[in-house]
Amino acid sequence: MAKSFRGGVHPNDRKAYTASKHIQSAPVPSRVIIPTRQHIGAPCTPVVQAGDLVKKGQIIAEAQAFVSAPVHASISGKVLEISEYPHPVFGTCPAIVIEGDGQDEWQEGLPLSRNWQDFDRSELKEFVRQAGIVGMGGATFPTHVKMAPPAEKQIDMLILNGAECEPFLTADHRVMLERAQDVMTGTQIAMKILGVTQGFIGIEENKPDAIAAMRKAAEGTAIQVVALKTKYPQGAEKTLIKVIADREVPSGGLPMDVGIVVQNVGTAVAIADAVQNGIPLIERVTTVTGGAIAEPQNLSLRVGATFSQAIECCGGFREAPVKIIMGGPMMGLAQRTLDTPIIKGTSGILALSAADVNVGPERPCIRCGRCVETCPMGLVPSMLSLLGERSRYQEAKEEFNLLDCVECGSCVYVCPAKRNIVQYIKLSKAQNAAQAVKK
Amino acid sequence: MSAESKFEPGSLAVSASPHIRCDESIAKIMWTVNATLAPAALFSVWYFGMPALLTLVICIAASVGTEYLIQRWQNKPVSISDGSAFLTGLLLAMNIPATVPWYMPLLGSLVAIGIAKHTMGGLGYNIFNPALIGRAFLLASWPIAMTTWPSMPSQLDGVTSATPLGILKLQGYEKLVQVFGDQPSLYKALFLGTRSGSAGETSVVLLLIGGLYLIYRGYINWHVPVCMIGTVAGLTWLFGGNGGLFTGDPLLAMLSGGLVLGSFYMATDMVTIPITVKGQILFAVGAGALTVLIRLLGGYPEGVCYAILLMNSVTPLIDRLVKPVKFGTRR
Repeated sequence: MAKSFRGGVHPNDRKAYTASKHIQSAPVPSRVIIPTRQHIGAPCTPVVQAGDLVKKGQIIAEAQAFVSAPVHASISGKVLEISEYPHPVFGTCPAIVIEGDGQDEWQEGLPLSRNWQDFDRSELKEFVRQAGIVGMGGATFPTHVKMAPPAEKQIDMLILNGAECEPFLTADHRVMLERAQDVMTGTQIAMKILGVTQGFIGIEENKPDAIAAMRKAAEGTAIQVVALKTKYPQGAEKTLIKVIADREVPSGGLPMDVGIVVQNVGTAVAIADAVQNGIPLIERVTTVTGGAIAEPQNLSLRVGATFSQAIECCGGFREAPVKIIMGGPMMGLAQRTLDTPIIKGTSGILALSAADVNVGPERPCIRCGRCVETCPMGLVPSMLSLLGERSRYQEAKEEFNLLDCVECGSCVYVCPAKRNIVQYIKLSKAQNAAQAVKK
Repeated sequence: MSAESKFEPGSLAVSASPHIRCDESIAKIMWTVNATLAPAALFSVWYFGMPALLTLVICIAASVGTEYLIQRWQNKPVSISDGSAFLTGLLLAMNIPATVPWYMPLLGSLVAIGIAKHTMGGLGYNIFNPALIGRAFLLASWPIAMTTWPSMPSQLDGVTSATPLGILKLQGYEKLVQVFGDQPSLYKALFLGTRSGSAGETSVVLLLIGGLYLIYRGYINWHVPVCMIGTVAGLTWLFGGNGGLFTGDPLLAMLSGGLVLGSFYMATDMVTIPITVKGQILFAVGAGALTVLIRLLGGYPEGVCYAILLMNSVTPLIDRLVKPVKFGTRR
């Protein structure tokens, strides 16, 4: 019996477009736009200038702050310029543009060959930091920071997130099938860094082949593969922890408050690549799909390649897209241009057709209670939307637990009045944050 | 084919997540509820004849028309196609005697839509169930016409203008059983709807079929009708008899009056009841208790309408009191 949690929704998963397609390497782009900020935390400072020649894997922007991750060149060539470019998360951001030389040459000494068992915890953590690894599920929190919890937090468990509960996305699914051994190695390295003995990999039941592949790879290790009920948002950190470890992350807290660190399966592979081969995070698997894409694919794409290059690899558009999304359809970010670059957290590129999005005019809330039933966080989303609509932001925070919302979008998905609940919630959070800054 | 070939820059919609939605809508819910009421409404036309049809048509036309005129006058988008004004009209017609003069359904609809719904802000903002406000307005304004019931079929000619609950109140339980012949015939008449009463409340079996379908579709929670009807049955059994405690007739209490119509279709009106299931259970038990209070001790033979309206008034309080348990408050 697969485990589950309270609330949640069952959207049509639409994964059939790409679930059985092998990961294809996209052609090396002739030009890349690499943002200096691809993570949650402080931006990096460029360490190259226009005109410099760079090699693949070379650091081009360095992290100064603790919560930050360095950025590497994803192709070899010449730095054209450093200036503001579209960014999938921040709108615009300073980016380093590299014109490729067609050689795709590695920095000297790369890739190398190391055995992870020969190194201690702090050395392994340093390899992860140098490789610029961030959470690849989309949250992009620097991985080495997650691996260094404050001393007072006793960590006893690592959970690897292979749920991939977002509709359409199959990148993690394919990674688990095609790189099962690397997923396992990355998990073991992460467990060693954290000094934990309990390791779990949670995978939704709709990926039986991935469950089987991971179980096979896990033989002889302490890592357990857990089948999870297929229900969105199964892969949200808090619900995943609740289901696998039966621990509730306290309101306002982090997983480490209950002794757990969660990593994405893609991140595990990046850790394995970084430690064993010294390869930094310059390439990732991204699902390019949606009703408007001609031939949906799972692509291995260089960081800094643009959305339009990725879409061209998939035969272009079948019909005019209404929305372009980075990430999944439930929590992904709508994009305004195809010149947006792929970053370390780009798990999916969706081109949604008019039939996919089903937007209607927003109607008044009829208090049907569906949002309350589906909210995995136990909130009253209808009230949050009404308070947001009426600019009563503080009331939303103080009386209706605004800040506990994880913005999974389940409430909006089920709403018969087509209310933009998450939009009101994001607005209310931003207004409360602005108010806090003023004080 | 290039990525740009079917793409015009600037044509992309940019909005907050999520980007997909289920295919549920207000119109779908409302028209489904209307459809599930249709069998009981048609039964009333068959049983009470042309007056019932006329009342239905007037109520629905007046409700939809009032909403249309108000929205035009306020320069708001006209939303009569969503079926909610239609539903109010239909429910009002089913909640009044079929034989009232034509202007009563008309005025009742005006009050229901114009005052109970649109002075509050329209769909989603009304505190009280509009159809029940319409009925309460008519009952207060024309108490005689609103309690003069169409005659029952031939074999019961002698007892024209009284509902089973009316007979029970004024003449007692024995007389009621006598009117229908024996107890089984009484229950059968109540279950099938061959008795006098408000136009659409009589056919318990057809209302149940419609209500169960709504539960199956997830449009109403089963807790509400079960708790309301259960409370009425229990309290009537306890206090409703002449021979002391536990001598009342719970089955009669469940099948008579507007209880089945009210508990499946008005106590489940999502706009005017609490939003959490726990709150809805509280609401339903309260409405059931008030119904019994009015039936047993009040001046009226039936109390479902006022019971639900009274509970509507405390819905905001229940919602303040009963909130879902926030994730992360237990470990």
